[in-house]
Formats: sequence, C-alpha cells, structure tokens
Amino acid sequence: MKQTGGKARLQVNQNEGLIFEKSSEGKAAWKLPPLDVPEVDVSALLGAAERKSLGSLPEVSEIEIIRHFTRLSTWNYAIDLGMYPLGSCTMKYNPRVNEAVARVEGIANGHPYQPEKISQGALQILKTLSECLIEITGMDAITLQPAAGAHGEMTGLLMVRAYHHAQGRPRKKVLIPDSAHGTNPATAAMVDYAVENLKSDSRGMVDIGALESQMNEDVAALMLTNPNTLGIFEQQIHKIADILHAKGGLLYMDGANMNALVGKVRPGDFGVDVMHLNLHKTFSTPHGGGGPGSGPVAIKKKLEPFLPTPVLVTKSDGTLGFNYDRPQSVGRVRAFYGNFGMFVRALAYIQANGPDGLRQTTEDAVLNANYIRKGLEGAYELPYSTPTMHEVVFSDKLQAKKGVRTMDIAKRLIDYGFHPYTTAFPLIVPGALMIEPTESESKEEMDLFIESMKSIAEEAQEDPQAVLNAPHSTRVSRLDETAAARKPVLRWKPPSQ
Amino acid sequence: MLKAIGIASVDELFAPIPAEYRLSRDLKIPRQMAESEIVDYFRQRSRENGEGYTSFLGAGVYSHYRPVIIDSLISRGEFLTAYTPYQAEISQGTLQSIFEFQTMICELTGMEVANASMYDGSTAAAEAVMMAVRLTGRRSVIVAQSLHPEYREVLATYATHQGMPLSVTGFGNDGRLNLEALEKSITPQTACVLIQSPNFFGNIEDVAATAELAHKNGAMLVVSIAEAVSLGIVEPPREADVIAMEAQSFGVPQGFGGPHCGVIATREKFVRQMPGRLAGQTVDKQGRRGFVLTLATREQHIRREKATSNICTNQALVALMVNIFMTVYGKIGLKELAKQNLAKSAYAATHLGQYGKVLFAGSPRFNEFVLQTTEDPQEINHRLLDHKIIGGLPLKKFYPELGNAALWCCTELTTRTSIDNALKLMGNEASQHATGLDQEANEIKNEGKNKNQIKNTNREESGIAEVAR
Repeated sequence: MKQTGGKARLQVNQNEGLIFEKSSEGKAAWKLPPLDVPEVDVSALLGAAERKSLGSLPEVSEIEIIRHFTRLSTWNYAIDLGMYPLGSCTMKYNPRVNEAVARVEGIANGHPYQPEKISQGALQILKTLSECLIEITGMDAITLQPAAGAHGEMTGLLMVRAYHHAQGRPRKKVLIPDSAHGTNPATAAMVDYAVENLKSDSRGMVDIGALESQMNEDVAALMLTNPNTLGIFEQQIHKIADILHAKGGLLYMDGANMNALVGKVRPGDFGVDVMHLNLHKTFSTPHGGGGPGSGPVAIKKKLEPFLPTPVLVTKSDGTLGFNYDRPQSVGRVRAFYGNFGMFVRALAYIQANGPDGLRQTTEDAVLNANYIRKGLEGAYELPYSTPTMHEVVFSDKLQAKKGVRTMDIAKRLIDYGFHPYTTAFPLIVPGALMIEPTESESKEEMDLFIESMKSIAEEAQEDPQAVLNAPHSTRVSRLDETAAARKPVLRWKPPSQ
Repeated sequence: MLKAIGIASVDELFAPIPAEYRLSRDLKIPRQMAESEIVDYFRQRSRENGEGYTSFLGAGVYSHYRPVIIDSLISRGEFLTAYTPYQAEISQGTLQSIFEFQTMICELTGMEVANASMYDGSTAAAEAVMMAVRLTGRRSVIVAQSLHPEYREVLATYATHQGMPLSVTGFGNDGRLNLEALEKSITPQTACVLIQSPNFFGNIEDVAATAELAHKNGAMLVVSIAEAVSLGIVEPPREADVIAMEAQSFGVPQGFGGPHCGVIATREKFVRQMPGRLAGQTVDKQGRRGFVLTLATREQHIRREKATSNICTNQALVALMVNIFMTVYGKIGLKELAKQNLAKSAYAATHLGQYGKVLFAGSPRFNEFVLQTTEDPQEINHRLLDHKIIGGLPLKKFYPELGNAALWCCTELTTRTSIDNALKLMGNEASQHATGLDQEANEIKNEGKNKNQIKNTNREESGIAEVAR
C-alpha cells in the first residue's frame, strides 16, 4: 500500500464516549444568579402539569463538556483542514469576519417582534442584501424567507402555482431533467405537481427536441439547474426559455450552481422567471455540519404579487417596515423573516468582495475546476467532453474493471487527507465522481489533490484491495449502514433500561 | 494554470455562455470594503436595532442566557466548516453529537425518536402534520387557535396544495383549547389535531384530554412546543403521537427570528414516516462503535418525488448549540432554570396585573401571560420604549377579540428592577382605570379552575403599586 503524502491529519487516536457515560450525580456546569423575586410553589402553580423528573439528562462539569466536544470535533473533516471538493455543495472558505459581525449584540439579539422603529438596523440589512441579490441575479424582486435551498424551491413553485392559478389556467406538472438534484422532484411532489422526467442529450444538456415534444399547456414550469450538475452551462438556454414561454410555462432555475455565474452572467437576462439561491453555497455562509442554510427566491415582476408575506417596504416617512397586506400572496413559508443570521454573513461576504471580487471569485472557481479536469483527464473517464464551468464529473469506468467503484475511491481519498468528492451523483453518470474545488483552493492544494487522485487510480490497477478496504487512517472504517437501517438504534439508553 | 489547461485567458472558459447574455459591466453593488469597514457597518446597524433595550417579548422567540462555551465550541472549524456527515469515517464528531442530541430530546419530550433537525418550529409543525396525514391516510386537520398564529399561517401554506382541509378550534375562557368544540369538529376524516403547549398565551394545554379525544376518533395528536425551557418544569406531552418543537430557547440567539432549530420527535413505530436526518449507532468492520446517517430511504436524495419531505440542508450547527446547552444545564440545571422563569413571570403577572387583568388566570402557565388593559398596549409600549423597555406583544393583530391585550414574557434574564420599572411607567397613565380593572380581575380569579393559582390582583402586595402611583 502506498504512503499517502503530507496532508493534514485528524486526531484519530482520541477515545471519547458518549456524554451520558461521563455523567455522575452532583457535577454541574451551570450557575444561576440568586432569584430576585419571591420563590414560587411549583406544584401550586402547575398542579398536575408539574414535571417531576428530567430522566437521564447528563450531569457533567464545564471542562468535561469542553473536552468532550473538542475531542469529538477532531473526528470531523472540515474546510479549515483542507480541500472539500464536494460537487454541487460548494464548500468554499467561510470568512471569519462573517461570524464576528453576526455576533454583534444588536444583530444577534434582536427580537423579530420588537417595534419596527427600533429594528431599522436589521431591516436595512434585509434591504441591502435584497438589492444586491436582485442585481446579481438580474431579477426584479426577492423573498429572503425560505430557510434553505429546498425550502426556496418549494416557495418558488408555490409562486409558480399561484401565478398559473391567477391566469385562470392551473397546470399539472413540472419538467425536471434527469440530471437534477433529488430536492427538485421531492419539492414538486410537496406542492402537488406531477413530475415528468426530461432527458439529457449526448452532450449532457437538455435535449431540445424532447423538451419541444414534452412541453404543453399542462406544464407549469421547467426546473433547471444551470450550470447543470455536470457543471455544463446550458448553451441553448434562450431556446429553452422560449419553448417554455411560448406555451405559457415558466423557467425555474435551481441556483445551487450560481457560483459559476456571479458577475459574469445574470439568470434574469437569459429568461429565468424564478430562481432560488443558496446563501450557504454561493455566498460563503458556513455549512455547520448540515445547516443552517438560507434559500432566498428571486423572481420576475409578474410573480411579485405572490411573494410570501410579509414583504419589506419603505414607508412614506422613509423608514423601513413590513407589509402584511398581500391578498395574492402564497402565504408564509416560515415564522418571522427567514434565517436572518445567514443574511448578515452573506452581506458581509458581498461587501468583502465588491463587484470586482465577486467576478474574480467566479472566474477562479471555474479556472480551478478546469485545472482539475485537465489534471485528471486520462486517469479517470470523462463521460461528457462538453466544456465545464465550476465543477467536473468523471466516472469510475476505468477502475470498475478492477472492482473499484466511486465510493471506494472516495474512501481512499480520505487516507490522502482530503474529503471525498460527491459520489454516485448525478444519476445520469453511472459511478460518478463529481468534483468542485471552489475558488478557495490554491494551486498547491489542487496539485496535491490531483496527485492523490492519480495515485489512487494507480492503486486501483495495482493494489485494488488497498482501495477497497479504505479508509485505513481513520478511527472507524466502513461502518455498517445496513445494520444501522435494519435495526435502528437512534438514542442512548441507560444501562438499566 | 491557464497554460496547463491550454487556454490564453480565463474568458475562454466562459465561452459556453452565449455572448449576448454575458455581463459586460460591473455589478451595481457596494464597492469592496475592508474588514474594519465591514465591522463598522454592522456595529452601526446593531445600534439601530434595539441594542441595550430590556424586553418583555416572547411569543415564540425567547431571551435566555447563552453559556459562553456554546460559541467557543461551535466556532471550532471542525464543526463550523464541515458538511452534512455523509462520509461517516470523517464525520464522527458531528454524528455522535447528533446522536446525543436525539437522546436528550427524547428524554425531554418523552418520545422514542427525534430527528436533527427541521428549519424551525413553524415548519416542523407543518411537516409533523403532513406526517400524521401519511400515517393515518386521512386528510383533514384541526388546528388550535391557541397555536402560534404564524405557525398556523405556515401550515396553511403547506396544506393548500396537499388537499388538506384545515379547521380551527377556538379557546375557552381559560385560554386553552375548547375541548367541547374540538369534540364536535373531529370527524372520521380527521388525520390529526395540532395544539401548542405551553400555548401561544403561555397556558399549558390539557394534553391528556386532547389526546384521548383525538385517539378515540382514530386521529393523531401533534403537539408543538415553542418554549423549550418549559420542559424543565412542565410535564412533556407524552400522550402526543408527534411532537414538533422549536429549540431556540436552548442556547440559540434570538437573531431577529432565525436561524433557529426545529425538531420532530415521535414514537419508534412512526419513524419511517418521519422527515429529516437521523443518526444511528452501528459498528464498523472491526466491530467498533460508530454512528451513521440512517434510514435514508425516507429522504429526497434517495427517494426523489417519493420522499417524506424535500428537506436537505437543515439547522445542524444550531442543533449543536442546543445540544451543548442541554449538556451544560443537564438534569438539575434545566429544572432550576425553568423554576426561575416561572417565578419571574409569576411576579410580573402579579404586579403588572394591578394595571390590567391577567386573562386566563386560572390556567397553569409557564413564562408568559396575557395582560388586558383599558389603555391600548401600543400606547403603553410607546411610553416604555422611551425608557428603553420593550413591552409585551400587542395581540390586536392576531386576536382582535381580546381587545387591548398584550402577551408578556419573563425569563431568568428579566430582573425584578425591570419589571418594577415597567410597572411604574404603565402606572403613569393607567392608574386612573385601575380600580375598575381590579374588580374584573377579581372576578376572573374566582372563575379560575385552579384554586392554587397565584393571586393576580394582589391587594396585599400593592406596596409597589402605591409607590408607582
């Protein structure tokens, strides 16, 4: 088996049990101030509703908590440790100034129901971010309310539905390319649209002929990711928009890959009617182990009456406030105004970059992806030779002959000190390796990545077992997912139970 | 790099984009700013955003103390800058902490399984209802009017295109779900009844009686919990089939409404209809204990249009805050914390009640109460605001039938001094009406079902009020 280079290593030798296993009576990490009002008789106040026991919640000290979570943290890979080339997930650097400004007192502690008069700071942040995102997307209006990309998809499709309803022609289905994210069909089902698959052509783009034949007046919208999940820009985008619009359909753009376009081209200019953005992808807010995200939805003028309530407005006295009186609105999709803390971070990112910086960010992301594509061509099969933007998709066809599949290569990459790329997606590429470096990576880091991937390709031919048994360097390896799903153990139980 | 790729300029990489759409100008956004300027900008916005005010607002977002180690720990890059833990070998930190989170939520709610996480309490409630619809094969939903009004709005949005008829059941004179009305509106088509406890007014619902009514009719009971700290002292809704929770109170900043942390907890037998991510315990090839994301066949990336939900990105880092908070307070601390909340709001209700009528006074409640006044609460709040106090939430917008009513909240962070100050400022205007109100308040007290309820008119302790007058 090969030596795996000099990348950052996780502390795999730490042992750390569950927090419950450290608990013992009398330990405490909390301290409340003395009560400055009279004590109350709990049972008198609550009667039968009084809780007697808190079960087996832990009792531990502060240093134990610090060590517990610090040790756990060392078992995680992170952008802060190295390249995280998950395609479509856009794992870029999360600037720390974003975290600092999100924690300024009035920003972090504002209450959503505090009077508008003393909320002008927060409202100004909403307004400025909205204006920036409208300009970046080339759209006419926006809602920041959706909590994540999939939630934005739902909001967007609800507006599509409301629009067709207002036209007096409710429609039944949405078209979704076979390369789409799983959230697209799941979302369509949530708003009660039938899903119709649209196949891709041999170049990895929407098959225009298929679109023409499938498009009719039952189709509410096409949900298109552009660039798509192969990293390919839909070169016939104007034609796609025309075909939809000619039959009264709308073009929905999944903005998961907007980081390939910012400052270079605007969806609003190429015919998109409604789109969502992922602030946690394109605009650098941290993924935090799976969230929080934020999924603003930008729209063209004709969809504006249907925006979720409330809508931010400038009032006659020049101050900002919310308008709740929107009779055609699709309603609320979330309590309050959205994941405000993420708006703060995204705006800080936009400010740190400005127009020049955002454009260069996009250029660097596309340049990096193409550098990796060039570096790995030959070592891995490239199923579509069409030019790619911010990500590139290879397949495991060359390695599969030796029984080595994309997931095995991904696991072996861990030994080389990298997080795996996205495996087995998009579905139209069997055994896909979907790689997205983002603009954050230096040439040095990418060279190390390319070298590692090439080394694994060699191993797959010469020593496939080394790849099949990977990872070798982690604390645990190849966890039994089947057993986990068959007999789910979803919580710790005290030994006596 | 250009040379390696074999191109002369970066522009060539953008050639696939039709030229007529390529942007040939700068984006019209603010110019690039230095870090110091960005920090200044947000400090300025902070000063315009209620910085330094004392607040009596609750209504779904609560001001609790956040132990400093929460931010110390979640700021570690290994937590902050990691992705969803799909690659289990290098995500054990996140996975084990989710497993601990699930365990503690189960302990607190009395449920058998919990996910981590949903977007927030409102969307968790809507998703929990859709879960009940799938499980029962029925479509009608009954919602308590005492559920957070914005949660009701969100549910209405989710239900519109699911063919789920919604009906609302009102509250009785005790500010709790009207069980007689509920009994009349339950039908064989009712999939579930959705209530909140403590409800929007702070009152603790009779969960057992509601569950009995629902179950008798083959419907499920979904209970929303918006104030998680209540679980330290209030019996959890164990009779519920699904609990949809907002865990913001557990160490999450109010953040002008988000990001917060929704959770769904339920019985083991319903787990396959549950939305969202679950971490499960398993072993690796050497037999060592480890954790993985499990039951993924419920989720969109596997099932696409047949998934239980479209949720993908959730609130993981916020769930970690919640997890650390629960660990810090633990078995004893959480109870003591909840007791302080109870004591503070009881004190406030007693004293502020002198200038109005504490509605629903006979019902058990946690840290919120509704105060009805003769004066418009907006007017009272204007007066308080001049002294940097944000008064209770005026309810006219949501419950016009309650007249001049406002929802007040006290937590462990509310000082006696701030309650006393609010009292004085209220008294400035309202004292002339006080006598009549005392009378009304007394009547309410006598109607109260719970004989041990704290005295709300509080003639004996009127010393403070006299000072104020």
